[in-house]
Amino acid sequence: MSDKVGIVIVSHSPDVAKGTADMVRQMVGTEVPLAWTGGDPGGGLGTSVEKIMAAIDAAWSPKGVAILVDLGGAETNSEMAIELMPEDRRDRIVVCNAPVVEGAVMAATEAWGGASLDEVRRTAEELSPG
Amino acid sequence: MQDTMDRLFETVTARIIAAAEELTALDSAIGDGDHGSNMKRGMEAVAADRAKLAALAPGEALKTAGMTLVMKVGGASGPLYGTLFMTLGKELGAAPDRAGVARAFAAAIDAVKARGKSETGQKTMLDVLVPVSAALSSGASLAEIREIASKSAAATVPMLAIRGRASFLGERSIGHMDPGARSSVIMIEAVLDVLETKA
Repeated sequence: MSDKVGIVIVSHSPDVAKGTADMVRQMVGTEVPLAWTGGDPGGGLGTSVEKIMAAIDAAWSPKGVAILVDLGGAETNSEMAIELMPEDRRDRIVVCNAPVVEGAVMAATEAWGGASLDEVRRTAEELSPG
Repeated sequence: MQDTMDRLFETVTARIIAAAEELTALDSAIGDGDHGSNMKRGMEAVAADRAKLAALAPGEALKTAGMTLVMKVGGASGPLYGTLFMTLGKELGAAPDRAGVARAFAAAIDAVKARGKSETGQKTMLDVLVPVSAALSSGASLAEIREIASKSAAATVPMLAIRGRASFLGERSIGHMDPGARSSVIMIEAVLDVLETKA
């Protein structure tokens, strides 16, 4: 089990999600638990609650998981996925209000340094206007 | 009751599946053009479960169908309609009367508002569901509810979208019916058709 916050990348496009994860790996390394998911249950552009839940499991850390999302449906589906996770994990999973690529890199960098879930989210959200 | 529930599932799923192209066309105008295909995928999965749903109590059947929509739809409409169905199922008692259905429907809509962080007037499905819920609670006839649903969907045409992807379009979202409002009307009309042939 990692002592670092896990990062989950959720995009409508599997290519964007994987590409973002590649950038995080190259810039931050492999110590931060990281998972990505993209595409709807039919294989088209979109997101899938089931796949997001699997990604959260894959990136799970006792310190929690920060999710980075692209557009509306990715956020709604991620929030739904959190509610469907086991109760003792729900309050350790957050959706960051941040741009997906920059947010993922910033969040992973912060997580790598051992920051708490709150600190990881705050760092990612500093990228958001307002 | 169980038989009515089965006919409701049959009719609602068939109507949405048949309307997939229309919904996608509406969504292409102001969203990302996937509402029809997403809802079709979800409703096909619910329809495939009909035999299983028919064996369940109405509340349980609605909860199960809602979870199927959450898992299969793929867009924001999955959690939104899924939450509507699941909350309706949770709040519906074993043998609900009209007042009980109205209360459960109102609770389900509150859950949809929370899920979508949205309110009426933002060019969404809520602009149909909220007035229909109010009519249901106030004792309106089925014919009156039908008219309110249709008028409410039409009223989304001049609205400015504030939620979802349509909001990126700003003023360009004006002049098109909201796809979620349309899919809500289709479902409500399907339900009314079943209830009226029964009545």
